[in-house]
Amino acid sequence: MAFESLSEKFQGIFKKLKKEDKLTETNMASAIKEIRVALLEADVNFKVVKAFTEDVKAKALGQDVLTKVNPGEMLIKICHDELVELLGADNTDIKYEKGLTTIMLCGLQGAGKTTSAGKLANLMKNKLNKKVLLAGLDVYRPAAIEQLGVLAHQLGVDFFEMGTNSNPVNVAEEAKKKALSEGYDVLIMDTAGRLQIDEKLMNELKDINKVIHPTEVLLLVDAMAGQDAVNVASAFNNDLRLTGVIMSKLDGDAKGGAALSIKYMSGLPIKFAGVGEKLTDLDIFYPSRMADRILGMGDVVTFVEKAKEAIDEKTAEKEAKKMMDGNFTLDDLLRQMKMVQKMGSLQSIAKMIPGMPKITDEQTAQAEKEMKIFESVINSMTPYERKHPDCLKFSRKNRVAKGCGLTNAEVNRVIRKWEQSKEMMKQMKQYQKSGKMPGGYGRR
Amino acid sequence: MGLFAFLKEKFSKKDKNEKTEKYEKGLAKSRQAFASRLDDLSKRYSSVNEEYFEELEQILIEADVGVSLTIKLVEQLLDKSEEEGIKDPVKINEELVDTMFVGYVENGGNITNEIQFREDGPTVLLVEGVNGVGKTTSIAKLAKRYMDKGKKVLLVAADTFRAGAVDQLKIWASRLGCPIITGKENGDPASVCYDGAKYAKENNIDLVIVDTAGRLQNKANLMQELGKMNRVISKEIPDAPHETFLIIDATTGQNGVSQAKSFKEVSNITGIVITKMDGTSKGGIILSIRDELGVPVRFIGLGEKMEDLEEFDLDEYLNGLLVGNGK
Ligand SMILES: Nc1nc2c(ncn2[C@@H]2O[C@H](COP(=O)(O)OP(=O)(O)OP(=O)(O)O)[C@@H](O)[C@H]2O)c(=O)[nH]1
Ligand SMILES: [Mg+2]
Repeated sequence: MAFESLSEKFQGIFKKLKKEDKLTETNMASAIKEIRVALLEADVNFKVVKAFTEDVKAKALGQDVLTKVNPGEMLIKICHDELVELLGADNTDIKYEKGLTTIMLCGLQGAGKTTSAGKLANLMKNKLNKKVLLAGLDVYRPAAIEQLGVLAHQLGVDFFEMGTNSNPVNVAEEAKKKALSEGYDVLIMDTAGRLQIDEKLMNELKDINKVIHPTEVLLLVDAMAGQDAVNVASAFNNDLRLTGVIMSKLDGDAKGGAALSIKYMSGLPIKFAGVGEKLTDLDIFYPSRMADRILGMGDVVTFVEKAKEAIDEKTAEKEAKKMMDGNFTLDDLLRQMKMVQKMGSLQSIAKMIPGMPKITDEQTAQAEKEMKIFESVINSMTPYERKHPDCLKFSRKNRVAKGCGLTNAEVNRVIRKWEQSKEMMKQMKQYQKSGKMPGGYGRR
Repeated sequence: MGLFAFLKEKFSKKDKNEKTEKYEKGLAKSRQAFASRLDDLSKRYSSVNEEYFEELEQILIEADVGVSLTIKLVEQLLDKSEEEGIKDPVKINEELVDTMFVGYVENGGNITNEIQFREDGPTVLLVEGVNGVGKTTSIAKLAKRYMDKGKKVLLVAADTFRAGAVDQLKIWASRLGCPIITGKENGDPASVCYDGAKYAKENNIDLVIVDTAGRLQNKANLMQELGKMNRVISKEIPDAPHETFLIIDATTGQNGVSQAKSFKEVSNITGIVITKMDGTSKGGIILSIRDELGVPVRFIGLGEKMEDLEEFDLDEYLNGLLVGNGK
């Protein structure tokens, strides 16, 4: 793909530049241009690209450049962080009412509404133990109701429909009546796909909105969507006052710049990401992953991050505090191990902890080797697995092992190490609480 | 070289055929449109400058034409403007259309829209694309088009995967009044293709249209499945599938090129149907696809009904693209 060379090209440009202490209009100019191209190739809307890069420039002007990086790299990092901040939102959870929660899905044709309705039903029934009713309001597309019916059946979720000769507003009303009287927790309404310029069909949605007052009105946006996505979203938002967005088909190789455009223009939170055709393929939305994806300059960002971390003394303290926290994840483990590496050898760490046996050089080398193994094992886990290592049972374990080209035994070893460390952290915390904490740690 | 000159050169050796006439006619039409409609932009400028070109760039990018092709086009224009001292915005716009038109025509062979039928025996059309782009609906539209022309059409429901997909095509078949071959749910799509091919041979079918499940182009196993379907079909009917259409949704952004590239790798794409052109997206990605891969657009989808299909008309298309959405 065209993007792969981008970060190389980028680094090429900056080799030519001298390192300076501050970011200026001039030393950022070509970097800004490259960022623009990257964003446009990721389908971020033209106007958004323009405004966003202006924001970034304003933010970056006058900032100090880290000694180890050049202005361009620094700028990309700033841009990346800005992206993450923009894409992240506070209210990404579905709002659940005390009684019945009603959710309406809407969007253009073929965006993935019906499948997402099934996925949400799955999440709510199987993960959150809610009593769910699915309602089919798409009376237009041939076999749309059948499609949702099949999904409902697969999930063992109740399904409500009134055939294709009914009025969707009526169906919604009846579905809600049923849901209320039969004690459902959630009603999910799948509506027909429509163009935002189709006045008649947009009015239909407005009417449903009026009679139902859905708790959530979610817009489905295809990850492959181009420049126009932002106009579509703002039209739907104007008519329906959306509460959020679900981005579908993120398991493809599209960059998904529409996510940024919509977030930037409308502020709508992106609540979920569709990552496959199965009903379990619904993920929460990860802003930083999305930022990487859109910008396509992950390596530059990581590089700057590392450079920053290395000089950030506070990080060490923060890590130490985190270590005390019993519920730390594989990610934390990996980060800690890296920290340790950065702080010098394991020996010097050991010296910091009283009562720790002395470590020989041989042991150090061994530990360093181990570190590599740990890293590749953890890297081939999904973020979910890293956060919940307990879920790593048979097939997942096999996959992870295959992914990093190591054996199951080695995967087991990593998990065991995590368990041990977790235990150790807990004990340390106990120490800390009882005031018997070894010096140097846990100072607040 | 301007477009008229180009066409003259391109077609002068041959007799004036339908195509030439069609394009010349189309061209006159789009020239007119330019003079009257497009030039809200040119009216704001008495002569072109950097800003003018930037605005042109914006129009193209906002139509999903893509950064690299846009830059290429605008650079060509800039050169031209410098070389020939063209400063009149109206002239520049004409040049742009010419450049795009010529670029499109030159970038690949086929500019025949209609399905090319075999002399005898069934002609097979395979329809592919990513999820939700409008494959099944386009099939209904194409079936109608050729049934109206007196062809015997058979639909083959080889999307055995998506819930309700077979029912969807069945409903279309009954509306159209044409036969349909279906298989088992979650069965092997290649075996449905086999049944379809067999039925077509035995029943004097002119056109077999195969619906396939939507698949994202980065899923290797699903892409291989298409290869298998192709092989099964070609075993049953010589040289089949004779046509393979890739469906591209007009709302698609830059990923469209990746789609075309990947589908082209596993099957012989003979054309694109660009759907949902009744919406506000311009589908400019088809120009990048043509530019990079030479695949032509054959039809456009303009709605959800079975009548809503038209032949692709380059002039009309380019014109619509450049008119912009006025925002
Ligand atoms: N407005 C508009 N809608 C269209 C057009 N073509 C298809 N659609 C709609 O797009 C939606 C998806 O169309 P389908 O034909 O089911 O798409 P598909 O590619 O077969 O979908 P999958 O088989 O699920 O991958 C339906 O709601 C269609 O009515 C078009 O040209 N214009
Ligand atoms: Mg289909």
